[in-house]
Amino acid sequence: MRILKRCYILLMLLFLYAPIFVLMVFSFNSSRSRGRWGGFTTDWYAALWSDREIKQALITTLLIAVISAVVACIAGTAAALGINSFGKVQKRAVLAVNNLPVLNPDIVTGVSLMILFQFFFRIIGGGSMGFVTLLLAHITFNIPYVILSVLPKLRQLDKNMYEAALDLGATAPRAFFKVILPEISGGIISGFILAFTLSIDDFVISFFTTGQGVSNLSIMIYGMARRGINPKINALSTIIFIVVMVLLYLVNKINKEKDAK
Amino acid sequence: MKKLVFAALILLLTACGNAGEPSAATAAKAPEGKLYIYNWGDYIDPELITRFTDETGIKVTYDEFDTNESMYAKLKPGNSNYDLIIPSDYMLEKMQSEGMLLPIDMDNVPNAEYIDRRVEDKYFGTGVTNYSDYAVPYMWGTLGILYNTTMVDETVDSWDILWDEKYADEIYMYDSQRDSLTPALVKLGYSINTTNLDELNAAKDLLIAQKPLVQAYLGDQVKDKMIGGEAALALVFSGDAVFCAAENPDLAFAVPKEGSNVWLDAMAIPVGSLNKENAEKFINFMCDPEVAAQNSEYIGFTTTNAEALKYIPDELKNTTGYIPPDDVFETCEFYRDLKDFLKEYDRAWTELLAR
Amino acid sequence: MKIKLSYSSANRAAAYPYLLYMLVFTIVPVLLVIYYSLTNDEGAFTTANFSRVFEGVYLSVMWRSVKLAAGSTLMCFLIGYPLAYVIASLDTKSKTWLNRDTILFLIIVPMWMNFLLRTYAWLTILEKNGIINSFLDMLHITKLNLLYNNGAVVLGMVYNFVPFMILPVYTVLNKMDNSLIEAAQDLGAGKLHVFFKVIFPMSIPGVISGVNMVFMPAVTTFVVSDLLGGKQFILVGNLIEQQFLTVYDWHFGSAISVILMIVILFTIGIVGAADKDSDGGQLI
Repeated sequence: MRILKRCYILLMLLFLYAPIFVLMVFSFNSSRSRGRWGGFTTDWYAALWSDREIKQALITTLLIAVISAVVACIAGTAAALGINSFGKVQKRAVLAVNNLPVLNPDIVTGVSLMILFQFFFRIIGGGSMGFVTLLLAHITFNIPYVILSVLPKLRQLDKNMYEAALDLGATAPRAFFKVILPEISGGIISGFILAFTLSIDDFVISFFTTGQGVSNLSIMIYGMARRGINPKINALSTIIFIVVMVLLYLVNKINKEKDAK
Repeated sequence: MKKLVFAALILLLTACGNAGEPSAATAAKAPEGKLYIYNWGDYIDPELITRFTDETGIKVTYDEFDTNESMYAKLKPGNSNYDLIIPSDYMLEKMQSEGMLLPIDMDNVPNAEYIDRRVEDKYFGTGVTNYSDYAVPYMWGTLGILYNTTMVDETVDSWDILWDEKYADEIYMYDSQRDSLTPALVKLGYSINTTNLDELNAAKDLLIAQKPLVQAYLGDQVKDKMIGGEAALALVFSGDAVFCAAENPDLAFAVPKEGSNVWLDAMAIPVGSLNKENAEKFINFMCDPEVAAQNSEYIGFTTTNAEALKYIPDELKNTTGYIPPDDVFETCEFYRDLKDFLKEYDRAWTELLAR
Repeated sequence: MKIKLSYSSANRAAAYPYLLYMLVFTIVPVLLVIYYSLTNDEGAFTTANFSRVFEGVYLSVMWRSVKLAAGSTLMCFLIGYPLAYVIASLDTKSKTWLNRDTILFLIIVPMWMNFLLRTYAWLTILEKNGIINSFLDMLHITKLNLLYNNGAVVLGMVYNFVPFMILPVYTVLNKMDNSLIEAAQDLGAGKLHVFFKVIFPMSIPGVISGVNMVFMPAVTTFVVSDLLGGKQFILVGNLIEQQFLTVYDWHFGSAISVILMIVILFTIGIVGAADKDSDGGQLI
């Protein structure tokens, strides 16, 4: 039974990792064709490094992810505070609408935002889709996730604490920063991480809401993949894989050490 | 706590990303202006864009489309600010008639005198509205069959081979509605510009019957696939065939004897352009005979520049497909803008893919 | 009392900007999609777009999308559930690689890689001159057509979405009260019996969220079918994308979107009703 278990785990890991390893190995293949090995090379990495388009896409991806996650955290936390003091019926209604971008298929969200932007441009008679619309789209699908991670924390919060602080003469902002914020910071941080990750990984919504000259990594990869096998993508995958692996490993390790203490 | 550390790591990472941006911007030469180009995939020698920027200081932002139709769908809402597009004849006709193009100031494009107008004249000779004030010819060519001689023994000279069951799963069709409908319409003996619904439906049915034999409907990746020997036959444009044959000598190209499509792509400036003069500079640059020759050699498509032909090596000139022989040119037909009937083509195509 | 009221009304006001934002960026876009779905190019009211969706050929695309997504979900369940079960049974303290944390870590890592890269990876493996076929060729076995068919699309979906099945099931199994299982064993129930009578029924909530999290993205994807299906077997996502980005028929595209939206929200409603305890937060 133990052996069977081991085999099953190994088999599944093979399934999950085989494609990634294939990409990694082929990123060093000097021949462009797939089935054959043409010798070892690091040319594709050099080509990747000097590719302005890829650098630009990386910067766009990170900028959009950071800005949209920060804005979503601020807006989402404020909204969650408000929603938390709504009456039951109101709260339900607001949350139902809030969940719409979470539940709606990405493609419908993407298409509907594209229509909205185009409609808006038609009304004002100018403007075009690009960085700003991409950012707005990301903020739109990020805020609901922040609200969903902050609300449970607010629910657990002892309401009297805030009021006590006010009664003791604290101003409302001070009471918020000193009493409420520390209690809900866990929710905000997980909201941030979630928003950041979703933004980095998004393709479909970005695809419909971007404009000329603005692509994030996903859009660029899609374009490259539709062009055919490109060893540069293999090199890019390898780098992304290693970065992700190292980051997650470090985080994991730090956690464990913290837990041990 | 663990999440906080994680967030810090992410922030650290992104801070580096942010810091990288201004330095990248300052490192580049101060831009003299901008130019947004929207072109077919793999349809220019990228080195020429760099050279253009070096010579003029104009910063080029370059995007690609995969069909005339997807380019149109992107521009039609009327608020993209591309400065230069390079679509095909029928699409230019359509866009011009819908007021989507700006007239080009030919005084800014002196190199246009090198352009051979033979192909253009044939197109305008078919009775379409002359749009030559709005577009400067770029490349021209035909639509035909690219085949792998190690997998296809017989002579390829008819569209029928795309319906031959011997080649089941060995055929790539083009992911573009008019181009994929062309073999079916020609095979049935109809015009590739038919506005007869019965004829169109017959062609659609023929393509539906062909679908089980087709491995995939591909865009630009068809080139990579054919070079890699992934299929025996593919519907491609002549220039792409030249490009593929240079990479893989097993590949050959033929324009079927029943006739096909001849096309002429041209550079045009869409309404909404904010850098019209830069676009004209670019058009003039591309019409320089040496530049046009280098470009044509790189992408494999046939230049419309008569002067540039002198710089093209004979080896390339003699490759099948590079310059269509006169008799092929005569049997081929241009696409025309179908006006309202286009909806029926859209529908036929959507229905084919939905099968 | 008065003061308290003002606190909470001040609090409530904190949500007002977002309510406005939601109106503009969530409600208005949906209304616009509905508007487009019910009009034609001249802006006149029509139901033709919807009646077109119900023509046989488009229904068959929807049916194919549901079939492939359901097949992928089933596959994910069949291979994901046992893995979740095995992981939950692993030792946490073990110093070898066969440690629960390590395996979970290894399952999560690929999810952090770009979705498109993971899908793209399969092209190299499945192509006619790809890895598998080169291998078969070496063994002098006839090459197989592995790409551009339903199988390739299902494979792509399973590969991308199977962690969404493994993780929720694992979470439920992990939280399971061992005393119940031990009690059943003490009462003399066999291993299989315990599994089917005790463990599996208790893990159903995890399976339900797993099914949800696999089926929803699978039924609406257009990327997997585009890259691995070669437009041979388009799904409802491709149909929508095509209407907006190639054919330029926003009206028909909107009509399909509206129907997709209704179907998804309806399904979630049903699953949500079956899964009563779920709080909004569990969707993530």
